[in-house]
Parts: sequence; C-alpha cells; structure tokens
Amino acid sequence: MSGNMNLTLKVWRQKNDKTRGKFVTYQANGISQDMSFLEMLDVVNEDLVRKGEDPIHFDHDCREGICGMCSLHINGRPHGPKQGTTTCQLHMRSFHDGQTIVIEPWRASAFPVIKDLAVDRTAFDRIQQAGGYVNVNTGGVPDANTIPIPKVVADEAFESATCIGCGACVAACKNASAMLFVSAKISQYALMPQGQTERYSRAQAMVAQMDAEGFGSCTNTGACEAECPVGIKLTNIARMNREYLNAKIFKEEEAH
Amino acid sequence: MLDSKVPAGPLAEKWSKHKFNLKLVNPANKRKYTIIVVGTGLAGSSAAASLAELGYNVKAFCYQDSPRRAHSIAAQGGINAAKNYQNDGDSVYRLFYDTIKGGDYRAREANVYRLAEVSVNIIDQCVAQGVPFAREYGGLLDNRSFGGAQVSRTFYARGQTGQQLLLGAYSALNRQINKGKIEMFNRHEMLDLVTIDGHARGIITRNMVTGAIESHEGHAVLLCTGGYGNVFFLSTNAMGCNVTAAWRAHKRGAFFANPCYTQIHPTCIPVTGDHQSKLTLMSESLRNDGRVWVPKTVELAQKLRKGEIKISDIKEEDRDYYLERKYPSFGNLVPRDVASRNAKEVVDEGRGVGASGIAVFLDFEDAIKRLGEDTVRAKYGNLFDMYYQITDENPYKQPMRIYPAVHYTMGGLWVDYNLMTSVPGLYALGECNFSDHGANRLGASALMQGLADGYFVIPYTVGDYLAGLGFDPVDKNHPNFEKTRKEVEENVHRLLSLKGSKTVDDIHKKLGHIMWEYCGMARNEVGLTKAKGLIQELRREFWSDVTVLGENEEMNQSLEKAGRVADFLELGELMVDDALNRRESCGGHFREESQTEEGEAKRDDENFRYVAAWEYQGENQPEVLHKEALEFENVKLTQRSYK
Ligand SMILES: Cc1cc2nc3c(=O)[nH]c(=O)nc-3n(C[C@H](O)[C@H](O)[C@H](O)COP(=O)(O)OP(=O)(O)OC[C@H]3O[C@@H](n4cnc5c(N)ncnc54)[C@H](O)[C@@H]3O)c2cc1C
Ligand code: SF4
Ligand code: FES
Repeated sequence: MSGNMNLTLKVWRQKNDKTRGKFVTYQANGISQDMSFLEMLDVVNEDLVRKGEDPIHFDHDCREGICGMCSLHINGRPHGPKQGTTTCQLHMRSFHDGQTIVIEPWRASAFPVIKDLAVDRTAFDRIQQAGGYVNVNTGGVPDANTIPIPKVVADEAFESATCIGCGACVAACKNASAMLFVSAKISQYALMPQGQTERYSRAQAMVAQMDAEGFGSCTNTGACEAECPVGIKLTNIARMNREYLNAKIFKEEEAH
Repeated sequence: MLDSKVPAGPLAEKWSKHKFNLKLVNPANKRKYTIIVVGTGLAGSSAAASLAELGYNVKAFCYQDSPRRAHSIAAQGGINAAKNYQNDGDSVYRLFYDTIKGGDYRAREANVYRLAEVSVNIIDQCVAQGVPFAREYGGLLDNRSFGGAQVSRTFYARGQTGQQLLLGAYSALNRQINKGKIEMFNRHEMLDLVTIDGHARGIITRNMVTGAIESHEGHAVLLCTGGYGNVFFLSTNAMGCNVTAAWRAHKRGAFFANPCYTQIHPTCIPVTGDHQSKLTLMSESLRNDGRVWVPKTVELAQKLRKGEIKISDIKEEDRDYYLERKYPSFGNLVPRDVASRNAKEVVDEGRGVGASGIAVFLDFEDAIKRLGEDTVRAKYGNLFDMYYQITDENPYKQPMRIYPAVHYTMGGLWVDYNLMTSVPGLYALGECNFSDHGANRLGASALMQGLADGYFVIPYTVGDYLAGLGFDPVDKNHPNFEKTRKEVEENVHRLLSLKGSKTVDDIHKKLGHIMWEYCGMARNEVGLTKAKGLIQELRREFWSDVTVLGENEEMNQSLEKAGRVADFLELGELMVDDALNRRESCGGHFREESQTEEGEAKRDDENFRYVAAWEYQGENQPEVLHKEALEFENVKLTQRSYK
C-alpha cells in the first residue's frame, strides 16, 4: 500500500509583509503516500520545532476541502497537481519518491503575504460586504415554500454558491483577476428569486469594490476555472458581465 | 441548586409568555449598547447580524482569516425543522419528543420545546436570504429522513448544508458590517474574559497577525465559539477548534456543564498512521443503504488483515452483520452512540478489518445490486469520491472501512433559559453551551440549535438584561481591563519561555490517547481514575518540557497551539471528573458499571437526573459540583430500546 518517499521541498519563507522572502530547501523523508499534503508539512514542521527552528506557517482549518482556508501554490499550480481538489485534500500519492516540490503562497498584490505561505484575503470579505447579500432582516419573512423555485434553477444557484472563497482563481490568473469568485456570488443571487430586487445594484457595488481592491481585469484565459477546486464555471463570469451591463441600463428603476 | 429560569406555564406557551414578560430596550436606546460576539459560526453570525439589525453595536471576532470559515461550514447532512411539509406526521411536539428521547432524557424540556418551536422560522429565514436548499421538481423544498428519524424533516443542500447555511448567515453579517453596525475582527483570538463587579464587561484578544494584546469593552459578551472535541487530538472538528474562550470564561466564574458528554460518530474514515492530523466524517446518511459487518471469527479477520485472503473470499455465512443481528428492528440505523459502541466491541474482540484492525466494513454491494450503481452514485457520489480521494480505495468495488471518531460535544458552558451563563452578561450560544441535546445529539440538530439561538432566542433575551443596566458606557479605564490584559500577557510570555524537548503536538497527541482510551466510548471507575493521574502528569510535562518557538509580535502558530493545548489539559481533567461522578450510563456517556443485561446503556434516573455544572476554584483545586434537577412534566422517562 504505502511506500515511503523522500522528497525535497523548496518553500517560500517570509517573516512578514515588510521583509523580503526567499526559498528555503528542506528534506522531507519517510513520507507515507497516505498522508495528506498538509500532514506532510506537519511532519516537516515537527522536525523544525525539535531543531528549534520556526515552523513553516500556512493557513488551514477544516482539512476537508470546504472552509477554503488552505491555499498553497504547489509546483506552479494553485492547490497542486490534482484537478478539483484543495491542498488539504491532496494526498502524497500524487507525488513520487525523490521529487522536488516547490511551495509558494498565492501571488497577487491584492493578497499580501502575512508570513511564509499565509496571505491576507480580506479583500474577498470586503467585496462580499459591498453587496453579497439579500436585504432582509431576521423575522417577518414569508413561509419558505411561498415561492416555488424550479429544481434546475435551485441546483444551478447551488453550484455557484459552492465557491469556498479560497482565492485559487486569483492565484491562477496572470492578471490576478477575481472575476470567478465575484461572479459566483452574483450568479447565485441573480438566479434565485430572492436576489432579484437588488440584482443590479448588487452587481455594481461588488464589481466596484473588486476594482478598488486592485484585482486585475479578465482576459478570458480560463485559468481560474481550470484551477478552481470546486468547479465554479466560467459561465458565471458571462452572467456577471450581463448583470453589470444591465445594471447600467436599469439602475434607475431600482429603489434603494 | 441552580436556577434555570424556565418560565412557568404549559410547555407550549412558555416561550411566548416569556417573550412578553422580557423587558425591551427602546429602539432609540439600542445604539447606546455594545455587544461582543465571539465566534462567527452559525450561532455567532446569526446572533451578530440579528442584534445589529435591531440597532445594537456589535463587535464580532473569529480566529480564522474570514468569518465564513467557521467550522459550521463543514456540516454535511442537513438541518431539522418541524415544518411537516411532507405531511408525514411531524409536528413541533414530535421534534421536541424525539430530541428529548434522543438525548436520553438529560436535556431541559422547556429549552428543547422552544428549539422545536422556532425551527420552522429558521428555514423561512434561510430561504429569504437566498440559501439554495435542495428542491423537488415542483419547486418546493425537499426533505429527507436522517439518522433513523421516523419522519422526513431534514432540509439539506446536497452534502454541504452547513456551508450554505453559514454563507447565508455570513451574508447577513456582511450586510451589517457594510452598514457600520458590526465591527469585524478576523484573526483575533479571545484569550480572556473581563468582569467588573461580577458582570461580563469585555474580552482580551490577541491579534494573530501582529501579536497585539488588546481589550474590548461591551455591555454583554456572547460566546459562540463551538465545541471542544479537539481535546481528543483526533476528531472530525477543524484543526483550530478549541475550548480556550469557554475555558477562560469558566475560570472567571462561568459554570461548565456535563463536560463528559461527547458524541462519537460511528461512520468516519479510520486512522491510517501516527501522522494523522484529523478524521473525516462520512455522512450518517450512508447507513440508510450501507450494511455494517465484520468477519464472524477472529481467525478469518486475522487472515484478512494479513492479506492471506481477500474480502470476496469471505462467504456470506462467515460475515457478521452485527447491528442487524442484535437490533432487528433498527438494524444499521441505530442511534450514533449504539452503533459506535458496537463497532468498538467487535474490534476489541479482534474481529476488526483493515491493516490496523481498527475498522469495520460498511458495505454497499447489496445496495448497488438492488438500486444500481447510478442510483447509488446519485445519492452518495460526493461521499464516495471523498472516501476514494482519502483512502485510494474504490467504495463501488469494495466495502468502505469505517470507525467511530469524536464528533460533537454536548457538554459546554451552563446557561439558563435565557442562554445566560452563571456570569451575568455572559451568554453562550451554539455548540459552546450545553443546553439542548442532553447526553446525545440527534443528526441535523446542531445546525438547528445554532441558528435558533442566534436568530430567534438571543435577540429577545439579551434585551432583558441590557434594559436593566442603564445607558452608561462601559468604563474602559476600569482597572480590571488592564489587570486582565496583563495576566494574558504574562501567560503568553510564560508559554514563550518554554524551551523543552517536546513539541506541543507531542503532548496533545498523548492527551488525545488518554482521553480516547479512558474517557471515550466506554468508561469505568478504574480507567477514569488512572486517566486523572495521567493528565495531571502530562500537564506537568507540558509546563516543564514543551517547546514554544518564536515571539509574540508576529504570526505565531506554535504559540496559538500551545495556548489551546494548555487549556485542553485542564478541561480534560474536568471531563474525567465529570465522567467519574456520573455513575450511570446515558447517551454518549457509557459507564461500564451501569449496563442492562444485554449490555446496553442503563440510566439511573433516581440519582442522576440532573445537569452537572462545575464551578472553578483555582489552579489544581477540585471543582465544586452544582446540580440542576431536570423535571419532566410532559414526557415519560423510558429506557431507550432499539431491539
Ligand atoms: C464534519 C462535521 C459535520 C457535521 N454535520 C452536521 C450536520 O449535518 N447537521 C448538524 O446539525 N450538525 C452537524 N455538525 C455539527 C455542527 O456543524 C456544529 O455543531 C455547529 O456548526 C457548531 O456551530 P457554532 O456556531 O456553535 O460553532 P462553530 O461553527 O464551530 O464556530 C466557532 C466560531 O468561534 C470562533 N472561535 C473559537 N474560539 C475562538 C477564540 N478563542 N477566539 C475567537 N474566536 C474563536 C471560530 O473562529 C468560529 O468563528 C457537524 C460537525 C462536523 C464536525
Ligand atoms: S471561484 Fe473557485 S477558486 Fe475562486 S475562490 Fe471560489 S472556490 Fe476558490
Ligand atoms: S483546510 Fe479547509 S479547505 Fe483546505
């Protein structure tokens, strides 16, 4: 089952956002194929701590591929070599004995490095704060079955809503564009009847914030879709562009 | 005796009457109050958003880089609500009854009834927010039956219900952040509670990027910080889940209730080696179609483990479908605690499977024959994929290997009917409190409770407390702020001064072993007594021989871990004390000394029909036990039986 591997890691180490970073080489020996990628890093870190060296810092939490906290650019690809997987769900059997693995943080000016491999993704939160919601208060809402929603529509909205907010799309894009992430949220609401009342002002506000955060523009390379661990589709971007255009046309009809 | 403040009157009218009797804060005065909400899971996000909508100023905190990543995001199966959309006989009363019974009669009737009552509002709220629940072809909401429930009352969004509910609550939170009513502090860890004249008036946090140790003042503090399953090191919880906020509050006077009630979930992917950092849940829904078995004899099991025979070599008559054999009417759908204990039993007998022998089979062969592979894929595809990803074994071709793992903690901070702890002004919501699940939680009920607490309970009850306070701002110059801040700082520096030979994980893993071995699925006097000594010893080892690297003034994950493990080392002992004290079996707490002739959990209602709430007395001092008697006026206590 599980042959053990010896690997060479080239890891980006950076003390904080004010200092320059560099690659440091580590040996990871006796790595089992059953380990997840992050468990492999745990092993390396335990060794470092025993030697009195600062462990490699990286973000992670659920380790189930759902919280979106893990990141890591692995051998040039966000979340590593395997399609449709987050770094935490990547297992060492995707690598082979003797391999060199280069590990970097997400690279985007809107995601400054905090330390080593951990970056600041709060720009994503601020985009959501700008309009990623339906304006309803708690209480006083109609019964849940008042508005039937065709299953295909609900399913499509769900697909868009499964974005885990990891930022791999930005990291994959040569322009560091956040279009896939932003469009996923805009699409969810554009599809659901609950999102209709403010669909245009929402698109405008979120796009404006996206621009303000310094994300690049979209040139339709499709790199984001290819690297998205949960399969968010480019069609979301097309829908968002439509929403945004319509926003310019229909904006005045909306009451704020 | 503790006063639960449960209002008088008939069960079904208690909450309405209580809401009427609660004092209100005038709309214009709400902005004079600041409420601190620690945690942004379902409980915290829903509370923060709802309170801000009412006009209060809210400061919200989480340790992750974004509030959207709270561990609620990982919940798979679904959320219960007594909507009775399926016309199959569900009702508020039935949900109440099932929850009380499922909790093995160790929860408060009034709380559970209220939970069932507001469950229907939760679904309405989430749909209004645009949460894309699963729907039927007619466009109405779909339901499924979950965890052996007799009715279909579980709402779901594929296998990602927690994610969709949390993103809904997160959107409500964002809306209030945008309006300036909520100030959000990501990557901030609460390290202590500040009390003034016995009332909660603020918290001390560490900025996890800069290391700054700061005080925040508020008129009330809400802890929504989740469960403490990670005391076992391995659990289905996220890596960062911790007890720190609750434990530090406990040390400032908040009673900790029923700490020994932990839920061990029967269907998780088994441990593969020492490197393992967490365990992955395979949704309970799999037991609807999967059959659990092990080889009939130890010899066969041994041969299988050594690879001398293949699974397919084991003939039908040599397979022991032990749940179906022992519980003919519930079969593979017995409650979680029963399924888990039985898995442990067959493994202890030496009949376990997989290389380690610490696993049982969950077999879909019959289901695939009966329904076809496509149907099975449509139902469980994402779970099968996840299993394949992690184990590299194809569950369509060979049975899954599963084993129980720590999953949820029913115990938590003691709260009264208003969700207030024993410290005035300090509240606990969601998994962080002890209130609604008794000794065992039913599937799909934690999400319900988190949102019930946050959306529909706290907005009423906190007002009652605030209305009695007057409008003065909290005195941020009160010496207690600086005093507590200093204590936190000292503790941080004490941790950073540790330069021994062990890593924090070394100690955490050891603690996990002790807890799992002696305070896990089965407990007894001898083992628990031994565990107590071992934990005390381990605590000494931690404070003398662990190493914590780096400095405070930076992102420092060694330090974060060390602080959390230090608290787990104290909590662990209290869990053992609580388990020792409760010389009965109930729900997830199985005392070997208290079982029926058939080996099932046996309650002792006469002596233990109470909530055990522990009061901290100072370092290395035994805690004092307070009891809250549980009165059952509406349901009749029976011995659970699933034969
Ligand atoms: C894998 C898995 C699957 C599950 N599936 C289901 C299911 O299908 N149905 C169901 O009903 N239940 C399920 N549960 C249980 C349920 O998900 C949890 O009980 C529930 O989501 C807890 O919500 P919460 O809001 O109380 O806490 P959490 O969501 O855990 O949130 C805790 C919050 O507190 C913050 N926090 C913690 N400590 C600190 C600190 N010291 N300082 C600052 N912030 C802090 C965290 O950052 C986080 O924001 C599942 C649990 C797991 C682990
Ligand atoms: S769109 Fe995909 S890659 Fe981008 S943040 Fe969402 S889940 Fe991550
Ligand atoms: S750690 Fe949560 S998605 Fe990877």
